[in-house]
Amino acid sequence: MGSRKQEFRVQSPESGIKTLNSELQTLNFYGQAVATRDAYGATLVELGKRNEKVVVLDADLSGSTKTAKFAKAFPERFFNMGISEQDMVGTAGGLSLAGKIPFASTFAIFETGRAWEQIRQTVCYSHLNVKLVATHSGLTVGEDGASHQALEDVALMRVLPELVVIVPSDGFETQQVIDAIAEYEGPVYVRLGRAKVPAVMPPDYKFQIGKAHTFHLGKDANIIADGIMVAAALQARETLLKEGIDAGVINMSTVKPLDAEALLKAANASKLIVTAEEHSVIGGLGGAVAEYLSENHPVAVKRIGTRDTFGGSGKPDDLLKLYGLTADDIVKTIKSALSR
Amino acid sequence: MAVLTQSRDIAFLKEQARIVRVEILKMLTQSGSGHTGGSLSAADIATALYFYKMRHRPDNPKWEERDRFILSKGHAAPLLYTVLALTGYFDKSLLGTLRKTGSPLQGHPSSKLLQGVEVSTGSLGQGLSIANGMALGLQLDDSASRVYCLLGDGEIQEGQVWEAAMTAGHYALDNLCAIVDLNELQIDGRCEDVMKITPVAPKWKAFNWHIFEIDGHNMEEIVSALDEAERIKGKPSVILANTIKGKGVSFFEGKAEYHGLAPTKEELEKALKELGEDGK
Repeated sequence: MGSRKQEFRVQSPESGIKTLNSELQTLNFYGQAVATRDAYGATLVELGKRNEKVVVLDADLSGSTKTAKFAKAFPERFFNMGISEQDMVGTAGGLSLAGKIPFASTFAIFETGRAWEQIRQTVCYSHLNVKLVATHSGLTVGEDGASHQALEDVALMRVLPELVVIVPSDGFETQQVIDAIAEYEGPVYVRLGRAKVPAVMPPDYKFQIGKAHTFHLGKDANIIADGIMVAAALQARETLLKEGIDAGVINMSTVKPLDAEALLKAANASKLIVTAEEHSVIGGLGGAVAEYLSENHPVAVKRIGTRDTFGGSGKPDDLLKLYGLTADDIVKTIKSALSR
Repeated sequence: MAVLTQSRDIAFLKEQARIVRVEILKMLTQSGSGHTGGSLSAADIATALYFYKMRHRPDNPKWEERDRFILSKGHAAPLLYTVLALTGYFDKSLLGTLRKTGSPLQGHPSSKLLQGVEVSTGSLGQGLSIANGMALGLQLDDSASRVYCLLGDGEIQEGQVWEAAMTAGHYALDNLCAIVDLNELQIDGRCEDVMKITPVAPKWKAFNWHIFEIDGHNMEEIVSALDEAERIKGKPSVILANTIKGKGVSFFEGKAEYHGLAPTKEELEKALKELGEDGK
């Protein structure tokens, strides 16, 4: 493995982190605070070395989505499509029909919004093996503001038949997600972010499509979170514990198909479920959880997310405060719901 | 079954095209709905592809070395179903189930339901991008297979077509041949009135395509253009086929209202007579 990137910790083979096809993995983002897009870019290169079928497309944002690393390593397997997301998705579909495993990347709002109908008609309806991996989702895009902050993408993707929807929480999980979806036959949407995020997943964590990770089951409340809100949920749990409130935390990184078993366990353990996501409360993880529980196991559900609004410019942390997406907001929501 | 490529027998191909038209009209009448005009206008082109030009194996639809065909104008599904049935992908009796509940012959082609359909289409403007992706993938594998993509002229009003035209030119996809069925009509009327797309040839030329302009009902011209396109290197080819919507049935020809209308039983009877099916 010639071109190891200095910024990532390289583990020795003894550390035991293995890829799905049992080759030794040199990259390991366990414990690393990195942006999920950085983990993606590095993982793609490793994947490209192992699997010749992997091809990558981007719509003039390869420097930002980090697919530029793959482009540099495998120029013949990288296709810059220019600023044309609809054509990119269709071309990815064609490449999959020629037996390739295409990863098509751009910013989340352009990938899911601009090319939604191509994803529906070309990719999902024909069940094509296309991996739509979008970066720059949510408020933490920061200064670029509302036009570039996808707060609707999970809703747009979740409604599509055949599509798997995954929102990884940290670099370590992202790395495993990218490996896993390359092995999976079918269309997948993966939602990644721009900003550096804390490491949350444990060293023995093994991502599986459709499997949630339960950190703790709480007696008083359970927080179902995805993406950057998993870290906020874990922080909220610590704060609440000091006040004698036992709030569990579940990373529901696969939003579709939802892990119904984990969800039911949580709903059985506590009378309050709180969802937390860097997305609109409409149609995303909160929507999915509320839909499922109201039909199958009605309990009180509170949703944390943006409330039917666009984002805005600013520093990511300031925006998360402004829009109510912090550990404190989770703490307040749980305390207020429990005091009723 | 051997690879299905025929000799360059123009009389044979003309007769096949006549039979294709007969079957299209029969299935549409039986279905009671579906797209007559655009299926008939492209009948000669599809016949030339499936009975002459393309290397394919109806007994092995996923044969790796096959040439690929993408019906970007997915509403001409009756045409695709007919050439697939007549070349042996499935039994001809299935044509009678067009658009019926539970039939693999959906109103617009579904690749999940019907073998021989490379990819589902129906929403206009998306096929050329898919064809490009296939062509790129085949090039990566040094495959000799070619990709054919049939578009409508109303369809090229879609912006994605021109994104794809740019891509094919940029990546110099010489294993790709697009064919535009220029029947001059779309649902709401003449393309010229609804949204002017002319002049068509300079637009493709500007995106670095090699242009063929032919009479899309002259089998000799179709076959020659398809042969010639194979020899064009370093750029994609587009065959601009001037056609007549509803071609083959005098009272359907040039009528926009028959874009999405199926023939009545009486119309079918008259049409079959015109196509020389008298008394059969």
